[in-house]
Amino acid sequence: MQRATMDLWVGLFVLAGIGALLFLALKVGNMGTYSSADGYTLVGNFENIGGLKVRAPVKSAGVVVGRVTDIQLNTKTFDAAVTMNIDTRYQFPKDTFASILTSGLLGEQYIGLAAGGDDALLKNGDKIMKTNSALVLEEMIGRFLFDKASENKDEKNGKDDKD
Amino acid sequence: MPRRIAIGIRGIGHRVIDSTWRLGYASRFFLLILLKSGTSLRRFGLVIRELYFTGVLSLIIIIVSGLFVGMVLGLQGYETLQRFGAESAVGTMVALSLVRELGPVVAALLFASRAGSAITAEIGLMKATEQLAAMEMMAVDPIARVVAPRFWAGVISMPFLAAMFSVVGVFGGYLVAVVLIGVDDGSFWSQMQNAVDFRYDIVNGIIKTCVFGVAVTAVAVFEGYDASPTAEGVSGATTRTVVTSSLVILGLDFVLTSFMFRGMS
Repeated sequence: MQRATMDLWVGLFVLAGIGALLFLALKVGNMGTYSSADGYTLVGNFENIGGLKVRAPVKSAGVVVGRVTDIQLNTKTFDAAVTMNIDTRYQFPKDTFASILTSGLLGEQYIGLAAGGDDALLKNGDKIMKTNSALVLEEMIGRFLFDKASENKDEKNGKDDKD
Repeated sequence: MPRRIAIGIRGIGHRVIDSTWRLGYASRFFLLILLKSGTSLRRFGLVIRELYFTGVLSLIIIIVSGLFVGMVLGLQGYETLQRFGAESAVGTMVALSLVRELGPVVAALLFASRAGSAITAEIGLMKATEQLAAMEMMAVDPIARVVAPRFWAGVISMPFLAAMFSVVGVFGGYLVAVVLIGVDDGSFWSQMQNAVDFRYDIVNGIIKTCVFGVAVTAVAVFEGYDASPTAEGVSGATTRTVVTSSLVILGLDFVLTSFMFRGMS
């Protein structure tokens, strides 16, 4: 085979390979939509994070504005310190409310930010003061059963009084 | 009776020493390739010639298998996911399984049987017809002239081939799920992009393919160079290349996966 044609084919091969890698990065992966390089960090303390994981999305009004980068247990207060990286395009007021929500019935958990009305904005490294824990199904069922049981007891007591 | 036991023990020892010796020989050979690859990188024409034979000529089998693997993943993924009403996640499933596992592993297995066996047969036949010995007589180092260019060509072409396999596979999944079955086009792509992370999924997949590329071509050139210089020896070496490199790929894949995706969501 001619040297030139061989070079041509190898050149095409390498270009197609680089194209495939770019396609994977931009179209299949999340390189095109969001990069964590330019962002600022916020910390929120939650009583219970449920099934929240690192890399879970942070959403505001349903729009992904950042990702959870780190989850640690604060050994002094025994609550979870969640560090998140927020895109610099999105700025939030100081009294923003952060809660752990679930997408769908069995979906993954994410942090929802609800903006407040304060004029001052959250800066890099700031702490979100108002947080709302994840709903844990077992606790909810337990509370429900407890309420039901105490209700029944009240009814019974009432009847006893009548008799 | 004690004689028999002694013979048995001696057999075990013989095998252990033999395989250890071969392993050491292979590692020294690998080191030698790295030391002498300076010439082949300076004369890059040699590598380009081998890139044509190992990379470009493997394209057809990689692309066709990638397409079919992606299409089957699309079908099977849809079949399972629609039971949970999550058929729009089929794109996520196809992309994640291709980028993380199937792309690197299946592409490397195909590469081992398509290009690795060819490399072994070529070098083995060169040895059987005493071309390597003739080169040494002319003061041309066969490792620098014959082995190193083939090694580097394999190492370079493997990531590209695996990336193309994944892309074509995603396209095959798209073809089946969206065009044929009618999953929503937008949610197919957006759910995929939400779930596939560049650093954790794609870069880890690329690291895997690089490791597989080194392993497969190292096994292939070593088996060729080490083949006994007969027709039988060359055929045995070719078989050993495919078997050994396939096992090495699967074993390495487990090790790499357990390091990369441990505790990852």
